[in-house]
Amino acid sequence: MDAICNWWNDLMSNDIWFYLLTTAVKLVIMFALILAFVVLSVWIERRVAGWIQDRPGPNRAGLPLFLLQRFGSKEKQPLKDVLHFFGIPETSRIARLCTWLRLDREIPTFGLMQPCLDGGKLFLKQETTPSYVRKLYFIVAPMLVLGPPMVAAAVLPFASCVDTIYGSISMCVANLDIGPLWIFAISGLSVYGLTLAGWSSNSKYPFLGGLRATAQLISYEVAMGLSVIPLLMMFGTLNLQSIVQYQADNGWTLLPLWGEGLSLQRWVMMLPLGISFLIFVTCVFAEANRTPFDMAECETDLVGGYHTEYSSMKFASFFMGEYAAMVIGSAVVVTLFLGGWSIGFGADAALASYSQWLAVLCQTLMFIVKLLAFIFFFVWVRWTLPRFRWDQVMKLGWLVFLELTVANIFLTAAVLYFVK
Amino acid sequence: MWPQVAAYPQFMNTTKFIQVPDAASLAMDYLKNDADDRGELVTLNVGPSHPATHGVLRLKLVIDGEEIVSCDPVIGYLHRGMEKIAENCHYNQFVTYTDRMDYLAPMSNNIAYACAVEKLLGWELPERGQAIRVLCCELSRISSCFLGTGVYAMDCGAMTAFLYAFEEKERVHNLYEQICGARFTSSYTRIGGMTRDLPKGIEKQILDFCDSALRTVDEMEKLLLHNKIFIDRLVGVGVITKEMALQNGMTGNNLRASGVKRDLRKTNPYLGYEKYEFDVPVAEEGDCYARFQVRMEEIRQSVRIIRQVMATMPGGPIWVQLDKGILPNKKDAMQGIEELIRQFMVSTECVNAPAGQVYFAAENPKGELGFFLDSQGGGIANRLKMRSPSYCTLSILPELLPGHLVSDVGAILGSFDFVQGECDR
Repeated sequence: MDAICNWWNDLMSNDIWFYLLTTAVKLVIMFALILAFVVLSVWIERRVAGWIQDRPGPNRAGLPLFLLQRFGSKEKQPLKDVLHFFGIPETSRIARLCTWLRLDREIPTFGLMQPCLDGGKLFLKQETTPSYVRKLYFIVAPMLVLGPPMVAAAVLPFASCVDTIYGSISMCVANLDIGPLWIFAISGLSVYGLTLAGWSSNSKYPFLGGLRATAQLISYEVAMGLSVIPLLMMFGTLNLQSIVQYQADNGWTLLPLWGEGLSLQRWVMMLPLGISFLIFVTCVFAEANRTPFDMAECETDLVGGYHTEYSSMKFASFFMGEYAAMVIGSAVVVTLFLGGWSIGFGADAALASYSQWLAVLCQTLMFIVKLLAFIFFFVWVRWTLPRFRWDQVMKLGWLVFLELTVANIFLTAAVLYFVK
Repeated sequence: MWPQVAAYPQFMNTTKFIQVPDAASLAMDYLKNDADDRGELVTLNVGPSHPATHGVLRLKLVIDGEEIVSCDPVIGYLHRGMEKIAENCHYNQFVTYTDRMDYLAPMSNNIAYACAVEKLLGWELPERGQAIRVLCCELSRISSCFLGTGVYAMDCGAMTAFLYAFEEKERVHNLYEQICGARFTSSYTRIGGMTRDLPKGIEKQILDFCDSALRTVDEMEKLLLHNKIFIDRLVGVGVITKEMALQNGMTGNNLRASGVKRDLRKTNPYLGYEKYEFDVPVAEEGDCYARFQVRMEEIRQSVRIIRQVMATMPGGPIWVQLDKGILPNKKDAMQGIEELIRQFMVSTECVNAPAGQVYFAAENPKGELGFFLDSQGGGIANRLKMRSPSYCTLSILPELLPGHLVSDVGAILGSFDFVQGECDR
């Protein structure tokens, strides 16, 4: 036992191994979180859509009890057998509670099984690759769409730091000093996936869809990059962990209510930052290729856009890529504008002084809550607004957003210089 | 927008449908024109099975990038030879085929057809029969307009408004079910009457439906009509001038959206429409937005008519009171030989129509649905020609689409609210 402890101590005292091991653990957590959120956001999308449209949405896909052969078929009142099996009287409070929860029919999962079953279905579908496509690019394209959002997530902090006896662990996979740049650089790569998918399909509708996607993503990438510059000017750093730490200490970007946030400068800064926020959120919508910016796969004129010719898991990759982009986009907005993992009102420091591990746990939960709230907003917009036309989107991107963001940078500089 | 009309005058006149210039000759025209650099032209096949075409319409588009250079609509994928069928079955038997024409407003077709045959016979329904027919016409108009506006919203990407509209359409179908026993293919009318009278207690349900329909119209207007994206997509898109509309024989809402105040219920009233007070919504602009607005307003007016019908619903019989041509009471047929013979004769040979020709047109949700009957006597038409509004509406496409973007195809097609079942017959 001692030998193992010593070996562990030695291992963790070595800086390189400490770094590798903690990163591996964080990597697994982050990857699992993102994938879980992709599935979850599909479910949220459907449930919220159902709620908005006065229909139930997916709430039926529970686990029927008769699947468990042990307890017999649906007609044979499985609940009775279950109760009998555990020796609970049928008139007891537990039994009545189970009936009230409709446990006599199935184990309720609130439809959460639906996305899982959908995934299973797509996985088992027959894969058809048309004979006229460019095979290599056709296969590479879905990977290029799904991959970048996952990689981009590496720099997103999901909680603050923890000091251990071996050293401090920062709760993000890669604590890079070029956070936002990394995200833009990597998520920009997914354009290649869409372009390749459209071109390699060798068919007209996907081709048009691919062209539209490329044009749209590139033009919004510009406005998106420019719109965060006022933020970076204020924070004075590109490290996302320090940005969030600053927000935790001095008020969120859009909620400066504590610390330095109460200064005049921060309140005047709300104007340029508000403009930045609006533009950035719009660009995130455009980047994620969602309504009202989904002309790349706009159903009514391009059938399916760039993924028309895809089937089975390749189609699912596009589908998941879209949702992954949505999750990452939401996470970036939350990190930059809504305080990231910070609980706010000075609660972070207080919690951390009590127990750092508890603080990290609470902060992760806070991050998830904010993320979910923003995903809800995404879905809400999708089911409310009609779709733009392609040329209007391009006009908005190049003629409105670009000018506005550039002017916003000058405005920010003026505010930072004159208002002390 | 580029001057496509001047370059291809043949679009404007008689040769449309038959000769649409092919991609090669168009490309030659472009190459001669050095002033603007055109890319390679691509032929894009939209349909026959495509989300934007609402059925089985096929469009052969020639596009230059995203811009449409020419459009060649191909129809007939849903052709079932209805006019020929009409020559081989008697008048009552053909009623079921009229359901399948404009399948979004089956009642209107039934009624228009029955009225046409009754005009040939010179019959006039008793007042209650007429009122019930007006009620059914307006119910189906509401149903069709809700579908038209809802699906149109979906064409523009607003899914939710579509489902709101469908909820109301569902209510109309529930009423249909109570009135005639079927939800979709109603086959409600017979020559000289209807299959059955209104069921008891439906008055309150119809009035409740009127309230909820108005609520939904208001809701949809709030959701869409003031939406910047929606306005940007529709205003000034697919503009049909008064002259173009009249040239192509457009009727109904599409014509009224172009500024022509023509409604058969007002100009030559049938079924006692002159007794009811309602306005004819007209718009001047002739673009997609105007058509959408007119359709929304149409629902309001229909609700107004239904309320009046329900308030003044007369009692009495619903069938023409004659000794020949209409079915006897079932009870009488079981007991009297005269009635039994009559039942047999009506079932097998229908009415004994006089020889002659007659044209009757009704204001249907999609436009003017006309039936031209040529009779040589007896219970079977010698020839039945239908004037279907969707067919005329679609004829404007080769003239209208060039110059628009591919994204506008869905918006323009949706704004016509056409039904392929009626166009192809």
